[in-house]
Amino acid sequence: MAEVTLKDVKKVYAGGVEAVKGVTFDVPDGHFCVLVGPSGCGKSTLLRMVAGVETISSGEVRIGGRVVNEIEPSERDIAMVFQNYALYPHMSVYNNMAYGLRNRKTPKEEIDRLVKEAARILEIEQLLERKPRQLSGGQRQRVAMGRAIVRRPKAFLFDEPLSNLDAKLRITTRVEIKKLQKNLGTTSLYVTHDQLEAMTLADMLVVMNGGRVDQIGPPLEVYEKPATTFVATFIGAPAMNLLKMSGAEPGLMLGRNLPADGAIIGIRPEDFALSSVAPAGEIGLQLTVTAVEKVGPESFVYGTLDRGDNVIVRVPGTQAPAPGHRAVASVSPTKLHVFSADGTRRIGD
Amino acid sequence: MVENRRFGNLIPHIILCIGVMIVVFPVYLAFVGSTHEAATIANGQMPLTPGTKFFENYYRTIFIGTSSTTREPVYTMLLNSFVMAMVIAVGKIAISIISSYAIVYFKFPLRMTAFWVIFITLMLPVEVRIYPTYKIVADLNMLDTYAGLTLPLIASATATLLFRQFFMTVPDELVEASRIDGAGPFRFFWDTLLPLSRTNMAALFVILFILGWNQYLWPLLITTRDDMQTIVIGIKKMIVTSDALTEWQLVMATAVLAMLPPVAVVIAMQRLFVRGLVETEK
Repeated sequence: MAEVTLKDVKKVYAGGVEAVKGVTFDVPDGHFCVLVGPSGCGKSTLLRMVAGVETISSGEVRIGGRVVNEIEPSERDIAMVFQNYALYPHMSVYNNMAYGLRNRKTPKEEIDRLVKEAARILEIEQLLERKPRQLSGGQRQRVAMGRAIVRRPKAFLFDEPLSNLDAKLRITTRVEIKKLQKNLGTTSLYVTHDQLEAMTLADMLVVMNGGRVDQIGPPLEVYEKPATTFVATFIGAPAMNLLKMSGAEPGLMLGRNLPADGAIIGIRPEDFALSSVAPAGEIGLQLTVTAVEKVGPESFVYGTLDRGDNVIVRVPGTQAPAPGHRAVASVSPTKLHVFSADGTRRIGD
Repeated sequence: MVENRRFGNLIPHIILCIGVMIVVFPVYLAFVGSTHEAATIANGQMPLTPGTKFFENYYRTIFIGTSSTTREPVYTMLLNSFVMAMVIAVGKIAISIISSYAIVYFKFPLRMTAFWVIFITLMLPVEVRIYPTYKIVADLNMLDTYAGLTLPLIASATATLLFRQFFMTVPDELVEASRIDGAGPFRFFWDTLLPLSRTNMAALFVILFILGWNQYLWPLLITTRDDMQTIVIGIKKMIVTSDALTEWQLVMATAVLAMLPPVAVVIAMQRLFVRGLVETEK
């Protein structure tokens, strides 16, 4: 049990490429922290620096209060689950889990007890004698988890552990990882590019963009009050609609003034409602429907506003206007997100 | 063309059978020759069926040898060849797997230079550098020794390149998982990399053993004593070109004996060899 602290951590590669440009955050003891961002945003590099398989160019990483910058991965008291699981192909499941303990000179009976216990928790007891190649993707994933939990580490590090699973298994495994983490109460860092995975797993969400942290907070807070347009479009599916406004533009009745250099207005597709006339007190935007996607419980209506922007409206059920029709998308003024013109700041809450 | 399948298979089979016959016939003839009296072969009418002197000829070949030229029983030659082929095969694998490990997994100054130097030696086989190599071996007093016979042949660029290619396909995560599991460079090599290379090593062993067994030029230069000659050299020496009569039945028996160990190695390692080519254990 321990907290993980990052202080101005940077990674500069030999060629001068800056993959991580100074990241600072704290993961309190027992919290599940999810690092999320598009590929190439430095989230995996950051995780690997915490693990110790990547050197830290500058800054400080602490695990349980101890600075670990110069400490070997095996001495950091962490366990890592890799995207491709990285199981030892020639070892049985039992030996895969026992290997780290053996290297730490744990007594034999202790190893046996720990491995059996982990196998029981993960329900892989009947697989202990098998080789990794005889296992399905989901079972391999469990073994990789088992290898992590037998060590009773201070922190779990997950590097996109679900991306090699099929969609259905991904959801069930996601729930199990969350349950397991709650039961063990181990501080966890989890890297993913899947915003849904991030929202459902995290106690604490760290949204990364281009080597920097854009926002840190509980998932719902990030959803409700995105700090930048990047976070706004990254979290939530379909992505938030962004409308660029010049300072003088009276197009939206915001009930407040925009900065002189303009602003970006964000409206989530689910905050829109479609009708023929906007209800009183709401902002109505005329649009022409261009396409409709019906997925069952909800439908996505793609439209072009009269002022030229493309927007997506999410409506419940399958009742949606056909392409070519005109409609009014209405939204309550309280549901608007206002960002500075360059999209880097949230303003006017 | 499913209905023509049976007939369609016939033609390739016939072609293959003809090919096998072409390859096997000289071998069969050698075996037949090794079971007749010297006179039968010498009078120019080589029979196509085995003779009656099988045990006598092979006993003489293995334990006594030819009466004039080689003066050594073939079992010493077999032993010499075996030691040479084994040391070359095992030595090559051991050295190249270690050097590949260094080149792939460690960052050190002049790493790529080291790699290219190894690569360039591909262009310098023993035949090219035979004088300097002979001089060095002679100066080190290694003529007529197993060391002199094997050491110059051990350094191997091919095997190093092969292992390098294999190591580069091993996922990096496996190295990282090992590091997190507390395995240092040596443990990773021993516990993970070696077991994974098992089938590659087996395939290489087969190839290198045969390569070592078939060495001709180097043993010819380096061995002068009769008890150090290898079987390939022995066969050559048994064939007399001057007035004396070549004991062809013994030459043929020696040739047959010389073929057996490589065949045995191939058969013994066949399963691993094929698995090494078919299965990927990563």
